[in-house]
Amino acid sequence: MLDHETLGERLAQQGISRRAFLKFCAAIASMSALPPGAAAAIAESLLKSKRPSVIWLSFQECTGCTESLTRSDTPTLENMIFDMISLDYHHTLQAASGYGAEKSREDAMQNFFGKYLLVVDGSIPMRDGGVYSTIAGRTNLDLLQEAAKGAAAIIAVGTCAAFGGIPNAKPNPTGAVAVSDIIKDKPIINISGCPPIPVVITGVLAHYLTFGGLPELDDLGRPKSFYGETIHDRCYRRPFYDQGKFAKTFDDEGARNGWCLFELGCKGPTTHNSCATTKWNGGTSFPIESGHGCLGCSEPNFWDAGSFYSALSMPASPLELTTGAAVAGVAAGIAVSIANRVKKGAAKSAHEKSTIADLEK
Amino acid sequence: MSPASNNLKGIPIFAQTEETHSVGNIRALLSEIAASLEKLVKTGETGMIDLNSLPFAPGEYEQLRQALGQGEITAHIEAIGPSEIIETRYPGVWWVTHYNVEGDIVADILEVTMFPEIIRSQPDDVFDGLARLKAQLDE
Amino acid sequence: MDANLFLTWVRSTGLNISIGIFLLGSLWRLLEIYSLGRKQDLAAPRHRAGASGLHTMLRRSVPPPGMFKRSATSYVAGYVFHIGLFIIVFLFAQHIKLLQDLIGLSWPSLPAQFIDATAVVTLATMLLVLVERINKPVKRFISTFGDYAAWALTFLPVLTGLLATKHLLFSYTWMLALHILSAELLLIFIPFTKLIHVFTLWGSRWYNGDANAKKGVPV
Repeated sequence: MLDHETLGERLAQQGISRRAFLKFCAAIASMSALPPGAAAAIAESLLKSKRPSVIWLSFQECTGCTESLTRSDTPTLENMIFDMISLDYHHTLQAASGYGAEKSREDAMQNFFGKYLLVVDGSIPMRDGGVYSTIAGRTNLDLLQEAAKGAAAIIAVGTCAAFGGIPNAKPNPTGAVAVSDIIKDKPIINISGCPPIPVVITGVLAHYLTFGGLPELDDLGRPKSFYGETIHDRCYRRPFYDQGKFAKTFDDEGARNGWCLFELGCKGPTTHNSCATTKWNGGTSFPIESGHGCLGCSEPNFWDAGSFYSALSMPASPLELTTGAAVAGVAAGIAVSIANRVKKGAAKSAHEKSTIADLEK
Repeated sequence: MSPASNNLKGIPIFAQTEETHSVGNIRALLSEIAASLEKLVKTGETGMIDLNSLPFAPGEYEQLRQALGQGEITAHIEAIGPSEIIETRYPGVWWVTHYNVEGDIVADILEVTMFPEIIRSQPDDVFDGLARLKAQLDE
Repeated sequence: MDANLFLTWVRSTGLNISIGIFLLGSLWRLLEIYSLGRKQDLAAPRHRAGASGLHTMLRRSVPPPGMFKRSATSYVAGYVFHIGLFIIVFLFAQHIKLLQDLIGLSWPSLPAQFIDATAVVTLATMLLVLVERINKPVKRFISTFGDYAAWALTFLPVLTGLLATKHLLFSYTWMLALHILSAELLLIFIPFTKLIHVFTLWGSRWYNGDANAKKGVPV
C-alpha cells in the first residue's frame, strides 16, 4: 500500500533546513501575490500536510510547460514544489518507462482514489476517434476520462490544456479541445500561457496544498491572483502609451527609447497574465521589456486573433469585400440613375404633373 | 506593413543607461514605511512590504536603495541559494532579498520589525542540530 | 463565445461587412443623388452681391440673425460635439493607425488625455442636444425615430470608446469589442439615414445657394 510521509519528514530526509523551507514559503507568498506575512502560515500548513499524489498527464503538447517548470535537477526553490508533492506519474520526467510506469500510475490512481491531483498539459484530439495522440495504445480522451474519475481537482497547465492552444488554431486538423471541454464534473484550474510562467504553476500547486482548495478563479477558470490584471495595466511602458509615444518599427528611435509597442501589435491590453510584474527567467525580463509586443498567449484563440504585428485597433485580417462592395455600389448607383432618368424622361413625355408625393420620396 | 530590416547585423545595439526618472513611487513607498514603523514603535506590530508586486520605473529601484541606505548590519544566508539581509539606515527597517541557486531574485521584502524571522534559528533545526551534536559527543 | 473570439470577429468579419456595406451604400446613394442633375435653366442668371453657392456654404455655417438668441444651445452644442467627434476619430493615435491600414495615410496624433477630455465634452453636449430635442415642443413634435436612432448610433461609439480606455463597466476586451461593433453599426447606417450628411452637407448648401443665386436671392 503506497503511502507518503509528511512534508516535514521529507524535508528532513533531504537535508533541507526549516530556514530554507521558510525561504521557499516567502518566495511562494511573494509570487502568489499573497501578503508577505502569509509565508509563516503557508509554512505551518505545508509542514503538516501529507504529500499528495500527483498524476501528470501529457497529451498533445510541445513539452514547453514541463520545460518551464523544470529548469534544473538540483534542488531549487522553484522545483522544491516537487518535494511538496509526490509526482507519481510524469512520462517525460520519470525514470520508469513502459508497462512498469503505466502500472505505477494505475496503482496511484487506485490507492488515492478521490484524493489525487491530476495535472494535464497539452490538448486532447477528438477527430477520428482521438487517434492523433495516444499513450500505450490508449487515446488521450480515454486516459483523461479515466484519470478524472478519481481526481480531487484537475490543473490544466498551459494554453493547450486550458483552451486548446496551437493544435486548436484554424483549421484544427486533429479536432483538439481543452480539458474543460471534456470534463464537466470536477473542479478545474486553468493555468494558461504558452508556456505559463513557471512560478505561477508552482504558486497554484502551493496554494492548493496549503489551503486544500482552489484559489479564486476568473470566468475562464484562471486564478485571479495571477491572471486578474492585464499586461497593459502593469506594464512599465504605460506612461509612453498614455503620452501617445509609440514605436513605429522595430529599430526606430522610439523603439530604442523603449516606447510603447501598441502600434507594433502588442496585445497587452487584452491579455491577462503576470508577465509584467513577475516576469520571466527569474524576473529577468518579459517580451515587452525585450522590445517585442505581447502575443496574448494566455488568452483563448490567440493564434487566430489576427497578426501578432497588427495593432488591436487594426483589422485582424485583410478586408476582402471593399473593392467588390465599391464596384457593386457604383454599378447599383449607375443602374438606378439610368432607371431614374428613364422614368423622368417618360414622365416628362407624358406631361405628368409633379406632386408633393414625388418630393417626399 | 513597414519593411523589416533584412540584416540583423544592420540593427545597432545601444546599451541602456540608467535614467534617473522618477514617477513618484519612491515617495509613496517611504510614506508607507514610515506609517509601518510608527505602528511598530507604538504597538509592536510588525509589517512587511513585498517589493516584487510594486511597479518601478527605470532607476527607481536604485533610488529606493539610496533612500533607505545601509545601517549597521549585513547578514548573508546560504539556504538553497543565497539571501541578503541588511538593516537600512532606519533601524527596524530591514531589506530581505532571497535568491535561488541561479542568482535570480525569488522574493524581495521590506520588513518592519525588531528582528527578521529568517535570521532567527528555527526550533526544528535546533532540535535536529542538538541530536547531531549529541551523536558526535557519543562517538 | 468568449471575449477574444468576439473581438477577433469584429476586427475581421464584422469590419469587412460593415465597411463593405458603407462603401456600397454610400457610392450608390451619392451617385443616385448627384446623377439626378438639374432641369435645364433657360432663364438668364441674375447676379447679386453676396448670393452664390460659396456664400451660402459659409452663411449657413453660422446662425441667421436673431436665431442665436432663440436657441444658442443648438448652435453651440452642435458645433462642439461635431468638432469633438472629428478630434476623437481623426486625431487619436489608435484610430490613425486603423486609417493608415485602410487608406495608407497617417498624420500626427494628440495626447491621449486631450482625447479623453474631448470625449467627455462630446458626450455631455450630445446629451444636452438630446434633452433639448425632447424638451422643446417643436423639436419633439418634428422628431422621428430616425432622429433618435441617428443620435444613438453616434453616441454609442464615443461612450463605449471612453468606457474601454478607462476600464469601466465590462472587461477591457469586451468593451473594446463593443466599441468596434458600435462603430461598425454606425458605418452600416450612415448611407441609409440622415447621417449621410457627412457627405452631402456641403454639396446641399452649395446647391441651394447656387440655385437661388441664379434667381437673384441670397439664401
